[in-house]
Amino acid sequence: MIPDNNIKEMRQILYEFLDQKMEEDERIVVIDADLSKSNGTYNLRKKYPNRAFDVGVAEQNMAGIGAGMAAYGFIPFISTFVPFATRRICDQVAVSIAYANRNVKIIGSDPGIAAELNGGTHMSFEDIGVFRSIPNMVIFEPVDVIQLKKALPQIVEYEGPLYIRFFRKWTPTVFDEDYEFNLFKGDLIKEGKDITIIASGIMVYEALLACKKLKEKGIDGELINIHTIKPIDRDCIIKSARKTNRVVTCENHNTIGGLRSAVTEVLSESYPVIVKGIGVQDRFGQVGKLPYLKKAYGLEADNIVNACMDIINN
Amino acid sequence: MLDIDLLNKKCIDIRKLIVNQIGGLGVGHIGGSLSVVELLVYLYYHEMNIDPKNPDMEGRDRFIMSKGHGGPALYSVLADKGYFSIEELDTLNKPGTNLPSHCDMLKTRGVDMTTGSLGQGLSCAVGMALGSKIKSDDAYIYCLLGDGEIQEGQIWEAAMAAGHFKLNRLIVFLDYNKMQISGTVEEIMDIEPVIDKWKSFNWNVYRANGHNINGIHKSVIEAKKSKDKPTMIILDTIKGKGVSFAEEAKVLSHSMTISEDMRIKAIKELDSEVDNL
Ligand SMILES: Cc1ncc(C[n+]2csc(CCOP(=O)(O)OP(=O)(O)O)c2C)c(N)n1
Ligand SMILES: [Mg+2]
Repeated sequence: MIPDNNIKEMRQILYEFLDQKMEEDERIVVIDADLSKSNGTYNLRKKYPNRAFDVGVAEQNMAGIGAGMAAYGFIPFISTFVPFATRRICDQVAVSIAYANRNVKIIGSDPGIAAELNGGTHMSFEDIGVFRSIPNMVIFEPVDVIQLKKALPQIVEYEGPLYIRFFRKWTPTVFDEDYEFNLFKGDLIKEGKDITIIASGIMVYEALLACKKLKEKGIDGELINIHTIKPIDRDCIIKSARKTNRVVTCENHNTIGGLRSAVTEVLSESYPVIVKGIGVQDRFGQVGKLPYLKKAYGLEADNIVNACMDIINN
Repeated sequence: MLDIDLLNKKCIDIRKLIVNQIGGLGVGHIGGSLSVVELLVYLYYHEMNIDPKNPDMEGRDRFIMSKGHGGPALYSVLADKGYFSIEELDTLNKPGTNLPSHCDMLKTRGVDMTTGSLGQGLSCAVGMALGSKIKSDDAYIYCLLGDGEIQEGQIWEAAMAAGHFKLNRLIVFLDYNKMQISGTVEEIMDIEPVIDKWKSFNWNVYRANGHNINGIHKSVIEAKKSKDKPTMIILDTIKGKGVSFAEEAKVLSHSMTISEDMRIKAIKELDSEVDNL
């Protein structure tokens, strides 16, 4: 995909928001761990030297410092790559942030295959699973710049630990500027009657493509975006499943522990239907660029189409 | 005997392999790969008890690239030593490669430990040194740390353990190139006084010019006299050493895009260095 120069990178939106919000709200602080250039937060230190820090390559310390500042009334945004924002600091997040219920916003960038050339050590497919099983954690994964822009004020408004699974570069837009965002509600992107496709993050765009391909086959797919994977919007999932009786989930994550797990947990208790999971099938990461990795892990629109046809034909 | 001329010549060869590897792909961790060349050449061509034909040899010396993004430097040395073919270097970071950005012991022949999440390698080195003690196999365990990397708390847990367990055959190097990603180490999170820190954890500490093989050699000879302490050898290095565009880029050399022009220029520059030897 060729980047559209009219659309900003996700990290630019994050930077612009923090830059403005820090001016209005003295409680906002930003803590980095030597990845501020990657995450777009680098320049904040120049303007807010007292409220934007870099603690060096020391993520566990960053999490603890964030918890301490939150206990002092601040709203820290702590930022690094996904694996270091989740599994590296899991105990610090579990105890100092979640158990102590401190208002820390955790930014993990390069989710799943977005780690690209950094390869296996940096390619987390388990972060949602890890954080989903920690009480008090909210997990939010934005789809595009429009959604991110609308979400950030609500994220500051929400009081409590929250993880942003942050694709930081250019990504195609899915939403319109006038779209109404609610942090705790799923988005019905396209209505349909034959099958429900539930997608998060970069998979929403693939799912949109899949809907178009399904239409050519005479299948009317319903597309739902779950941007907040925890707490998940149960009503919207159950309502759609009741209508279509068939569900496919699409995630840039291990299908164990992530969106598929969250959706099946909801449906198995209320309205059990067949659910097929498009996502990483319990494998580790590897080096490569996005198109290659999408293919390697079966995260393309065609994989979604095939999963839908499988359910419909059987 | 240390054949300095041969080793210095080898350093140029290795730098060329690094430039071609990363240049061939167009992007990569060139700065921190170029800063460790003399150390790797010294260890792999002079000091270590290893056998490229038998990479899993019992009792061999081990090397852990804890700053796992130094992979391209290690791969160049391993290929040149015959662990795998020089041609394989062209696959760096390409789909299906055995040579990923960060060192992977399951993928690459000759790599002793998987690394890339900074701060973990020294603990693994401590584990190997303990294992070697139990087996009394007289192996030396070498480990290389980045100066930004030692900001990780786990490094100091491992340092305390190595001192406590008196791991005298553990020899660790610090690539003190004074730079990390977002700035100089001094401005981001100062590690000074770094000699005192390691000393106070019950380590022998030496300091050498990391681009002078003689100096590295002298420190390692001292380290091998140790009876009851691990050794830290602080190597003063230059990020991007030996390639002008990388040295000039300073902090930006951490991971940079390299055009075909830049690659060709760098190779020319390195070739002309051979004449100056
Ligand atoms: C746990 C962890 N946090 C962050 C990173 C991202 N990262 C890769 S290299 C690097 C900077 C390392 O600096 P330094 O150790 O000085 O390396 P060198 O200068 O030798 O390249 C960072 C923060 C990582 N790989 N692992
Ligand atoms: Mg450094």
